[in-house]
Amino acid sequence: MLDASRQPEPLVRVEGLKMHFPIYTGLFRSHTGDVKAVDGVSFDILPGETLGLVGESGCGKSTVGRALLRLYEPTAGRVIIDGEDVAHLSAEKLRQKRPTMQMVFQDPQASLNPRMTLAGIIGEPLDEHTSMSRAEKTQRIYELMDQVGLNRRFANRYPHEFSGGQRQRIGIARALALNPKFIVCDEPIAALDVSIQAQVVNLLEDLQERLGLTYLFISHDLSMVRHLADRVAVMYLGRIAELSPSKDLYSRPLHPYAEALLSAVNEPDPELAARRNRIILKGDVPSPANPPQGCNFCTRCPRVFDLCRQVKPDLQEVEPGRFVACHLFSDKTTAGTTGVPEARIEHNQQGASK
Amino acid sequence: MTDATQVIEAPRSQWRDVWDQFRHHKGAMAGLCVLLLIVAFVVIGPFVWRVDGTYIDPDAAKMILGRNKPPSWAHPLGTDQVGRDMLARMMLGGKVSLAVGLVAMLVSIFIGTTVGVLSGYFRRLDGLLMRMTDLFLSLPLLPLLLVLMFLYGNLVKRAFGPELGTFLLVVLGIGLTSWMHSARIVRGSVLALKEREFVLAARSIGTPARRIILRHILPNVVSAVMVAATLGIAGAIITESVLSFLGLGFPPDFPTWGGLLNEGYVSLTTYPSRVIWPGIAISLTVLSVNYIGDGLRDALDPRIRGR
Repeated sequence: MLDASRQPEPLVRVEGLKMHFPIYTGLFRSHTGDVKAVDGVSFDILPGETLGLVGESGCGKSTVGRALLRLYEPTAGRVIIDGEDVAHLSAEKLRQKRPTMQMVFQDPQASLNPRMTLAGIIGEPLDEHTSMSRAEKTQRIYELMDQVGLNRRFANRYPHEFSGGQRQRIGIARALALNPKFIVCDEPIAALDVSIQAQVVNLLEDLQERLGLTYLFISHDLSMVRHLADRVAVMYLGRIAELSPSKDLYSRPLHPYAEALLSAVNEPDPELAARRNRIILKGDVPSPANPPQGCNFCTRCPRVFDLCRQVKPDLQEVEPGRFVACHLFSDKTTAGTTGVPEARIEHNQQGASK
Repeated sequence: MTDATQVIEAPRSQWRDVWDQFRHHKGAMAGLCVLLLIVAFVVIGPFVWRVDGTYIDPDAAKMILGRNKPPSWAHPLGTDQVGRDMLARMMLGGKVSLAVGLVAMLVSIFIGTTVGVLSGYFRRLDGLLMRMTDLFLSLPLLPLLLVLMFLYGNLVKRAFGPELGTFLLVVLGIGLTSWMHSARIVRGSVLALKEREFVLAARSIGTPARRIILRHILPNVVSAVMVAATLGIAGAIITESVLSFLGLGFPPDFPTWGGLLNEGYVSLTTYPSRVIWPGIAISLTVLSVNYIGDGLRDALDPRIRGR
C-alpha cells in the first residue's frame, strides 16, 4: 500500500516484442523472409490505466494485442503481466494464467460461436477454470449479464438473435467472467453503429471504474481513444512512433506521423475545420516484409532528412512522460557524431533485442 | 427487475430445441415415418409373416412348378427362381442391408471426421493424413475389397461365425474404403472454422485443443458431415450388393436387398417385379434417410431454427 503513493509497479510490461510471420515461397517452401508485423515494441501499462493503441490498418495493432495474450507465439521479447513472463510460460502455466488476462474481439458476430446459447458462451470460461456447481454457474452468468446490461431472459438465445451492440456485450461479459485484471480490447467498437459505439465505450469505462480493470484499447477511431485512454501509443509499420499521455498527444503531437494521423481527426466546428491544416501523406505504407533500412516512416515523412534513411530511431523520452522515436527529437550529438555506421543499424532497435 | 416478478427459464438442453425444430420439418418427419415403417417391416415383419425365406421345396417337381410365381395370397410378392417366398426374403434381406448401411456409414463417418478434424486442426498432421487420404482415394476400391475378403475372410469367419463374420468383414471393408470424401469435406470446413474469432476467443480463455474441437469445431461441421452420412448409407447398401454379386459378400442363400436385385435382374424382362420390390425398398430407405439428414441439419443450426 505504501508503494501505491509512489510510482506504482506496471501491471503489464512489454519489452522488445517482435512478431514475425515467416514467408515460404517456391517449390520447396523455403523460408525466404518474414513479415515483420511487430518489430520491437516496448511499453508499460499501469494498473487501472487505459493505454490506447492507434495506427492505420495493417500497422500491427491487433498483432500486438494477440501476441500479448500469446494467441500468437511471439518471435522475441518479453511480456510481463502481473509478475510473470507470459511469452515464455509453459502451456499448463499459461492456462492457469489465462484468467488474469482476457480479450474483447473486434467482430462480435465472428467471435461468438453461432451454435452456443448465450449462457453457454458466457459460461465457457467458468467451465474451464472453476469447479462451480450448475446453480452457482447459472447465478454467476446472470450476474455477468446484469453487469453488462443484458436481460436475464436472453440466456437461452443464440448470438444471431442479438443486435451488434448486444453481441459485443456478450463478448465483454465472457471476458469478465473470470475477474481478469487486464483486458485487451481489440477494436471492440469498429464493427458497431456509431450510436452503439458510445454505449459500449461507456460500458467499458463503467466496468473499469467498478472493477478496477486495466485496458489495452486498440482502435483506429482516434476520437474514441482520446475519450477513453490515459496514454496513447501511435504505431506505424510494426513500431511505436510516439507514446504520450493522451492530452499532450492530441494537443501537440511530436512525431511527424502522429501529427499527420491526428490531423485526420474530424473537427466538429466548421470554422476551425476550414482553417485546419490537414497533413496528407503521399505514397503507400511500405511492405512489412521489406521495411526501409532507416526509420520506417522515412518514405513518407514530410520532414525527412539523410539520417532518417539510414538509422532506425530509438523510442526516447524527449519530454517527461513523452516517448518519441524520431531523429528530429533525438540527441543531436549522438546523431551527429556517429554518422552513419552500417554496424549500428542492426543494433539500434527499439527496446531490447534478444 | 426481480426474479419474483418474471419467470426466467433455466438454461435448457439444446436437444429439446433440436427436436422441436425437427418436428416442424415436414420432409424429415415423413422420412422418419417411412424409415420407421421399413425398420418395422424388417424387424417385426418376420413375426407376422411366418414363412421361411430360405425354404426350398425338397420335392423337385413341386419346386419347379412354384418358381417365379406372380403375387398371390400364398406369396404376396410372388416367388423367386427356386420358389422361395419373396416377401420373407425382402424382410430377411432388409435386416442385413439396413444394418450394413447404417454401421458402414457410422464407421466411415467416424474415420472420416477424425481424420478430417485432426488434419485440419493440427498443422503438423495435415500433410501426413492428407497424403494417406490421397493414397486411399487412388486405390481401386473393388479389387482392394476383394483382396481383403480373400485374405481375411476365412480368418474372420472362423473367429465370429459365418454370418457375423461376413457382416463384420463387409461393414469394415466398406467403412474403411469410403471415408475419404468425408475426411476432405471435414478438413475443408475445419480449416475455415479454426481461423474464426470464436476459436481464438476460446483459446484466449484457455480452452485446451480437444475441448475446442468438441465444443466449437465439431458442432459447426455437423451439417457437412450429415450430408456425407446420408449419402454414405445409400453408397454402402449399393456397395454391399456389388460385393454379394461378386460372391464375396454374403452367401447367395443369405438374402440382402442388393443380392435380391442381382438375382432378379437376370430375368428383368420376364419378371420385373423381382427387381422392382428390392429396388423400391432401397430407394425408399435412401430417400428417407436423406430427408432425415436434411431435417437434422436444419434442426442443428440455430440460425435456421424457429423459421
